[in-house]
Amino acid sequence: MPGPVQSIERAAAILRLLARGSGRHSLGEIAGSLGLARGTAHGILRTLQGVGFVEQDEATGKYQLGAALLHLGTSYLDVNELRSRAINWADALAARSGEAVRIGTLLDGQVLVVHHVFRPDDTLQALDVGTLVPLHATALGKVLLAYDTTVTAELLAMPELTAYSRHTITSSQVLTRTLKEIRDGGWAAEAEEFTVGEAGVAAPIRGHGGLVVGAIGISGAVERICDVRGRPQPKLVTFVRDAARAVSRDLGASRW
Amino acid sequence: MTERYVMAVDQGTTSTRCILFDHSGRLVSVTQREHKQHFPRPGWVEHDAMEIWRNVERIAPEAIAQAGATPDQVAAIGIANQRETTLLWDRHTGEPIGRAIVWQDTRTDALVEEMAAEPFAEEVHRRCGIPVATYFSAPRIRWLLDNTPDLRERAERGDVLFGTMESWLIWNLTGGPDGGRHLTDVTNASRTLLMDLATLAWDDELLAYFGVPRAMLPEIGPSTEVYGTATRVVPGVRIGAALGDQQAALFGQTSFAPGEAKCTYGTGSFLLLNTGTEPVRSTHGLLTTVGYKIGNEPAVYALEGSIAITGALVQWFRDGLGLIATAPEIETLARTVDDNGGCYIVPAFSGLFAPHWRSEARGIIVGLTSYITKGHLARAVLEATGWQTREVVDAMNADSGIALKSLKVDGGMTADNLLMQFIADVLDVPVVRPMAAETVSLGAAYAAGLAVGYWPDLEGLRRNWHRASQWLPGMDPEYRETEYDNWRRAVERTFDWIRPAKH
Repeated sequence: MPGPVQSIERAAAILRLLARGSGRHSLGEIAGSLGLARGTAHGILRTLQGVGFVEQDEATGKYQLGAALLHLGTSYLDVNELRSRAINWADALAARSGEAVRIGTLLDGQVLVVHHVFRPDDTLQALDVGTLVPLHATALGKVLLAYDTTVTAELLAMPELTAYSRHTITSSQVLTRTLKEIRDGGWAAEAEEFTVGEAGVAAPIRGHGGLVVGAIGISGAVERICDVRGRPQPKLVTFVRDAARAVSRDLGASRW
Repeated sequence: MTERYVMAVDQGTTSTRCILFDHSGRLVSVTQREHKQHFPRPGWVEHDAMEIWRNVERIAPEAIAQAGATPDQVAAIGIANQRETTLLWDRHTGEPIGRAIVWQDTRTDALVEEMAAEPFAEEVHRRCGIPVATYFSAPRIRWLLDNTPDLRERAERGDVLFGTMESWLIWNLTGGPDGGRHLTDVTNASRTLLMDLATLAWDDELLAYFGVPRAMLPEIGPSTEVYGTATRVVPGVRIGAALGDQQAALFGQTSFAPGEAKCTYGTGSFLLLNTGTEPVRSTHGLLTTVGYKIGNEPAVYALEGSIAITGALVQWFRDGLGLIATAPEIETLARTVDDNGGCYIVPAFSGLFAPHWRSEARGIIVGLTSYITKGHLARAVLEATGWQTREVVDAMNADSGIALKSLKVDGGMTADNLLMQFIADVLDVPVVRPMAAETVSLGAAYAAGLAVGYWPDLEGLRRNWHRASQWLPGMDPEYRETEYDNWRRAVERTFDWIRPAKH
């Protein structure tokens, strides 16, 4: 078994130090207090600043705990911020795929639609930002479930999974297996599981460090999204995954 | 066959963006860098032109790399720029003379007040389609010439060049001191107060009136034409277009027919209505401006309603007050309450532009009571953009005699659903966002692509336009009238705040 990671121990010590007393310390004080080289302390502080755990006062250059630590368990990325950062790529995805695009985040055991781009055929469509859709019956929802074990456990603990059509996954075993496939493949699909005649494909949006903060996906008529065997068109899957990666890159997820 | 792209450089007020588009007008890659806003005194706003140039040098190759492409896959570059921002530089060294004076800057207010009182000012307005105001470039050139030692002599000798940001970028891209082309386009030139709208040429009487030597002015070209080939940053790529950012957005929205209008929501907001090949004079506080000019074809004109501060108010809420961490969080904060709680913010930070044109007005927050929370303030911030749009649309309807049936919108603030719904509510017409929110860049790309034959004609571009989103009006008419009345009373309270400087 590998031993403790030294830089994480040091980062934790810096956070503890900043949480004490006045809460504002200069680089010299932090390095001196923890017996670290200035360069080492600076590198750790810059990284903590990058993820929002530490903030630097512009005038004095002193460090303090970041606002992100205060609501660590709640919202990490504002949904309106997410929409704003994703809007260009969502548009490009709709234009490429010819289908409607939605971005979803988790809210109280459901998917909150935070952004919606119309299918680019100029027909009358209604904006459904703010609506809630089920986690286990949509591609967006399955992506969000696949990367959140807590919410998945809550869902599986319920007496039954609601069936929206005869294709909805209602078996815990099947759902568990599906979520593993989604994690392995990096994308999710859904065919007539929520609405008859409709299908969808979605992929995760990741923030700093790879944390999944939402899902982006397309949906439309099942005969356009899927081939005759009910599998999504590979080309569409690529478009969705490319868009998800582009948004993730803008949000600071370097590896995806 | 290797895919080819068109590159747009959008040199904006707060940042510079570089975007590659493909043949269907779809965004392929985007890179962006903010530049520093300098506020050396109240009412002064400056940019470092060298910083902006360095940003372009950095983000243009990055955008090509992000697309996995090489410079030879770029068919052309189109430039869209913040308008009226005034820069002088040394022709021989390429060094800017001081910082660029930004369009929001009001340092010329005393000078403008003096000049606007002269009888010729009315003729200036008639000839240029825009009034003598601090907003435009000529008073800034005059101010710089008056306030920099020896500058006038150097300018008269031809050692000093004037340009707005597109001229600065084209000059640098085509070689700078080493044979760079000194050029502007008709849309940018129409914002200087030095060009006759009818002839589309610099006017000697206007030059004399503002005391601007002709030797420092760039050549005026069409918006769409191969101006030259870049020798730096993206060597070998042709520069095919330049337009003021708002005109570029009109182009990107493919508002090519008379009667078509768009509103772009950025730092400020600008509603432009295509009026065809004849300039239409406003009697309700709008500007007459050149919309675009394609090669040798006749120029297309537009009526413009300019709002100085919309997104900038959100930025102030973020940076000046620190009530939000990022601009989009204004919507989250505003949704914590159901209404404005009786509070109104009129952001007359640089006076009020259309339709009031009151340079002496300054911003206010009215209706404050102990009931008001930061959520109400956030609402009032967003509503200010909605009501300012309403005032401009009312003026546009009065001038054109036709009521607007729907409003095409674009720009960063269109990501704010609460704001877009509010605009639909107060205008009482549907608000439509096209599938490219980056319409400024798209317009610059379209114009450049036309110049090099990447796209054959305007009809082909129109087919790329698709509706991405639509907000339908749903506000109770009586409530709307009451709120509008409150807004108008708030606006009146901003007037006459700045007193003329004592001589």
